[in-house]
Amino acid sequence: MPGAGQVRAIRDRMRSVENTAKVTKAMELVAASKMRRAQDRALAARPYAEQMRAVLLRLASSTDTSGGDDSHPLLEQRDVSHFAFIHITANRGLAGGLNSNMNRAGAALALEHQPDVDQVSVISVGRKGRDFFRRAGFPQLAEFTDLGDYPTMSDTLPISRIVVNDYIAGEIDQVYIGFQRFVNTAIQRPTVRQILPIQPPEDDDEMGEDMAAGGSVDFIFEPSPAGLLETLLPRYVEMQVYGAILEAMASEQSARMVAMRAATDAAEEMVGSLTLTYNKARQELITSELLDIVGGTAAVER
Amino acid sequence: MPLQVSIVTAEREISSRDDVQRLIVPTTEGQITLLPGHAALMASLDIGEMVTVAGGDREPMVVHGGFIQILRDQVTVLADAAESIDEIDEARAEAARERASERVEGRVTMEEAFDMARARLALLRAQARIRIYRKYRGM
Repeated sequence: MPGAGQVRAIRDRMRSVENTAKVTKAMELVAASKMRRAQDRALAARPYAEQMRAVLLRLASSTDTSGGDDSHPLLEQRDVSHFAFIHITANRGLAGGLNSNMNRAGAALALEHQPDVDQVSVISVGRKGRDFFRRAGFPQLAEFTDLGDYPTMSDTLPISRIVVNDYIAGEIDQVYIGFQRFVNTAIQRPTVRQILPIQPPEDDDEMGEDMAAGGSVDFIFEPSPAGLLETLLPRYVEMQVYGAILEAMASEQSARMVAMRAATDAAEEMVGSLTLTYNKARQELITSELLDIVGGTAAVER
Repeated sequence: MPLQVSIVTAEREISSRDDVQRLIVPTTEGQITLLPGHAALMASLDIGEMVTVAGGDREPMVVHGGFIQILRDQVTVLADAAESIDEIDEARAEAARERASERVEGRVTMEEAFDMARARLALLRAQARIRIYRKYRGM
């Protein structure tokens, strides 16, 4: 038999869940608007990335990029004694499995390389990954936790500069980058890529027919193929880091929006079932009160 | 056949058009003019003035380094940054020039070499902005 106290308890619980739903709904809307902008930015960066890949491909096919003595230092393949990777996560949680999936992928990458090298270091972008690798006890070369929601190229330049400088100085011998690749709003995929030494892009189908046809053309290079590589290669690294961060940002907002929508839906469903329980309890309370009154009247009449 | 010109930076596509008669760009080897039928060329860009000539109109811009490729009348400009005259704020550019020139003149030690290089670049960029702005906007 439910008492008045129990009915009130159910009503309080309903209010609390309703409030939670309001909060998650608001977060969903915020994430949705940030997502749109983050996606636009990630898309806007693609033409440059594609063109640069095409230029590098063309240039690489007409110069020596085999990693020989006279090639550019960023192409030089060395025995790896110090492996580093840029690990990109969000600063905040409430984005479903986004950060923990990325951390798992990062950990797998670190553990895979650890047996073969003297040292594995992390350059963390985002608090979630930084805290994770700090707990795991990996040395961090640098951390970047205040890029904001819409970082520009000049915000991400320090990150690429660190790896390029350390690589040229011989401090690190191989660099990977790990980020949540934005596939679509519902799907983000943890992705790891090597960024140093630079591997000239493969001539794949994405390049289209025109690119393939252009491969046989005799180009004039000014100042020279080597001189062009000299300026192009650092930019290629910068562009890859920037692109990865934009993708990660789009992924973060999408994952958060989806997670918050799920939370809102769950909360609304819970309010629905609590309402049923509440009405039932209230009805039972009324019935039992009625019975009391009827019973009391009967006793008096007798 | 006019040139197809697409100007992109890492952050966005600045413009893309297919009716360009001439494109004047500052390469590190000097200013060049691209006309339809130009030989395949890849060049690095300097900081300076880039002019797109299309349908009798001249559209000037400031580019801040990058690359250019032309292949079969398709021109791709990979600019580190590019801005049209309307986007230039003369007062801001002037202030930036003063800041940069102070830094360039003030610092000489080795450990500041990196800062120095940056200050020099900033100075060059500010000077280019002002020069090109004034060329097209009076003075």
